[in-house]
Amino acid sequence: MTVIGWIQILLFCAVIVALTKPLGWYMTRVFNGERTFLSPVLRPLESAIYRIGGVDERREQHWLTYTVAMLLFHVGGFLIIYGVMRLQAVLPFNPAGQSAVAEDLSFNTAISFLTNTNWQNYGGESTISYLVQMLGLTHQNFLSAATGIVLAIALIRGFSRASARTVGNFWVDVTRCTLYVLLPLCIVYTLFLVWQGIPQTLGPYVEATTLEGAKQTIAVGPVASQVAIKMLGTNGGGFFNANAAHPFENPTALSNLVQMISIFALGAALTNVFGRMVGNQRQGWTILAVMGVLFISGVAVTYWAEASGSTVLNALGLTGGNMEGKEVRFGIVASALFAVITTAASCGAVNAMHDSFTALGGMIPLINMQLGEIIVGGVGAGLYGMLLFVVLAIFVAGLMVGRTPEYVGKKIEAREVKMAMLAILVLPLMYLGWTAVAVVLPSAVASMANAGPHGFTEVLYAFTSATANNGSAFGGLTGNTFFYNLTLASSMFVGRFFMIIPAMAIAGSLAEKKSIPPSAGTLPTTGGLFVGLVVGVILIIGGLTFFPALALGPIVEHLAMTAGTVF
Amino acid sequence: MLKEIRPAILVLLALTLITGLIYPLAMTVVAGTIFPAQAEGSLITRNGQVIGSALIGQEFKDDRYFHGRPSATSAADPNDSTKTVPAPYNAANSSGSNLGPTSKALADRVKEDVDKLKAENPAQAVPVDLVTTSASGLDPDISPEAALFQVPRVAKARGISEDRVRALVATATNGRLIGLLGEPRVNVLALNLALDAATAR
Repeated sequence: MTVIGWIQILLFCAVIVALTKPLGWYMTRVFNGERTFLSPVLRPLESAIYRIGGVDERREQHWLTYTVAMLLFHVGGFLIIYGVMRLQAVLPFNPAGQSAVAEDLSFNTAISFLTNTNWQNYGGESTISYLVQMLGLTHQNFLSAATGIVLAIALIRGFSRASARTVGNFWVDVTRCTLYVLLPLCIVYTLFLVWQGIPQTLGPYVEATTLEGAKQTIAVGPVASQVAIKMLGTNGGGFFNANAAHPFENPTALSNLVQMISIFALGAALTNVFGRMVGNQRQGWTILAVMGVLFISGVAVTYWAEASGSTVLNALGLTGGNMEGKEVRFGIVASALFAVITTAASCGAVNAMHDSFTALGGMIPLINMQLGEIIVGGVGAGLYGMLLFVVLAIFVAGLMVGRTPEYVGKKIEAREVKMAMLAILVLPLMYLGWTAVAVVLPSAVASMANAGPHGFTEVLYAFTSATANNGSAFGGLTGNTFFYNLTLASSMFVGRFFMIIPAMAIAGSLAEKKSIPPSAGTLPTTGGLFVGLVVGVILIIGGLTFFPALALGPIVEHLAMTAGTVF
Repeated sequence: MLKEIRPAILVLLALTLITGLIYPLAMTVVAGTIFPAQAEGSLITRNGQVIGSALIGQEFKDDRYFHGRPSATSAADPNDSTKTVPAPYNAANSSGSNLGPTSKALADRVKEDVDKLKAENPAQAVPVDLVTTSASGLDPDISPEAALFQVPRVAKARGISEDRVRALVATATNGRLIGLLGEPRVNVLALNLALDAATAR
């Protein structure tokens, strides 16, 4: 570890904290339906969309209607992605002549982008056409991100409203989020990325003759417009197979810094939106502080592990840390930092191959996802995930001290706690359950690229990533098989919707409750004590759930590595 | 609930059109106008022929050139399309090795490369990036140490002084952005082009 490395890490954190308040202010205005500086341009377009869709923007929805609208929206989204993938061979914008994508792979990819996971069983430049990149993937990157954000907004409204029957209008929220938040940021961001060197063209792959006279086919495409939203929307699905490690997806140290910032920016700002909407910004900062504590701890471990390198390779006289699967322009620190950010948020873009990380360096991304990606998290998903843990922490604290559990003026009762537990417990059921099935099926075991405990970690990582809707991978695992395509799709589906529906149920029941003013018996939910309490609850619940699985994978591999054992 | 079906179709189609077609196509036009070179892929031409991209590494095996990092990319086997064969720096199929820290295959491969490089230049420690594959398999860069390590071989193969080659490496070395971001590095293709230009004169 170096001083300059830590300065880069702190610079990143400082930018995120600085962006939280202005972005939070802007997003609050957007979701309160107020005028913004973009209204003169966007308002006519917005009205036109409501007119076409027959949406009455003043009419709000009950939480159940809101959820049904969201689900219907997803059915349509699924059909579009699945359709364009199956039909890409006969559709335009396909200069590389890609043939139709197989049924199981199309199914997996459609679910993957719908759920904001962006698991890559497809090979980017080698499998899909430009039209699929744009109409299938870029479009769903926007809409799944917008969906995540508006669900968080609906839950926040549950906390901030009193004796209300409704939580907002899904169609209005999703349209405003796309038009006022995501699209303007992406337009500026795309131009920045092209300036840094990311291609944006519809031309065919380039045929080059190298200096030594060999032929090199260079894949290009409309990359920048896809990368902008893939980062900002914490989607993470790469235009190319190597994702953000590919020089065309992340060409410079500056593009790398900005990409890392854009993963966290909206998620962090949502904590501020929460604070503003419940009438006390300190509530938002407290949540961000919980995230910050967990984040910095993770960065420290991964940075240390990667800088220390692999005992096995160091024995050959190599120094300078673990550079297998990393790019020279990023080096150790920017690769380690990116890995922790992308898994803390539900992004899943990678600028280094996690499969080649040291055992402990790769364990932190795994833990980040197993905690449910609540450290900033996916846009929206991170906040509602974190609020579920907050509900639980409040409940635990209430039990300990005999105070009435209440949070930002709302009584937390049996229904909320049950729903929070349902959402939190369904995740390990998927990733531990499917991992257990996979390791006893010979055909599933055959997909492992590495032998020994590392192979087990590859499978555990895959199901964890899918369930948590992350999408990063220990990429050695051959995931494009019938078994993995279907089981991973089911993990992504359950991981997304069995988190969303309980969260929306909580939103609905909270909105109906009366707001009670804080009294002497109210547990203060801002400040260091509360931060400590929430961090404690997260680590205890998380640790009890997945420690045994980690012991079989990265922990035993670390011990093997230090003993110089190879498999 | 039934009245949510109309917006589910029409709002979705409107937003799909905006984000899935209008946005990427408009950005293609705008970016192609403002930054045409980058939008096309930062291509480098010599004598009217495209020889590669400034951002994409290519394979160098000749002693007269600086070599990039090992690459783990592959291509479909021409004899059996269900299998793949190693194809370093295949810019149409980026990927890393995905070998983990306790992989015997990785340890064996690195040991073999270390031994080869030690024989080539026993005077210096082997730089780690010269024996590890990059994440994309297309890394255009090597560390300044990895470039300096190869100076004796390149100078000998070209019959020019080591100092001259070292000066070219120094010119081709890019530092950290504002002294802070990223890592010092040398773009291998740019260095080799400079080398060709310097020795052609």
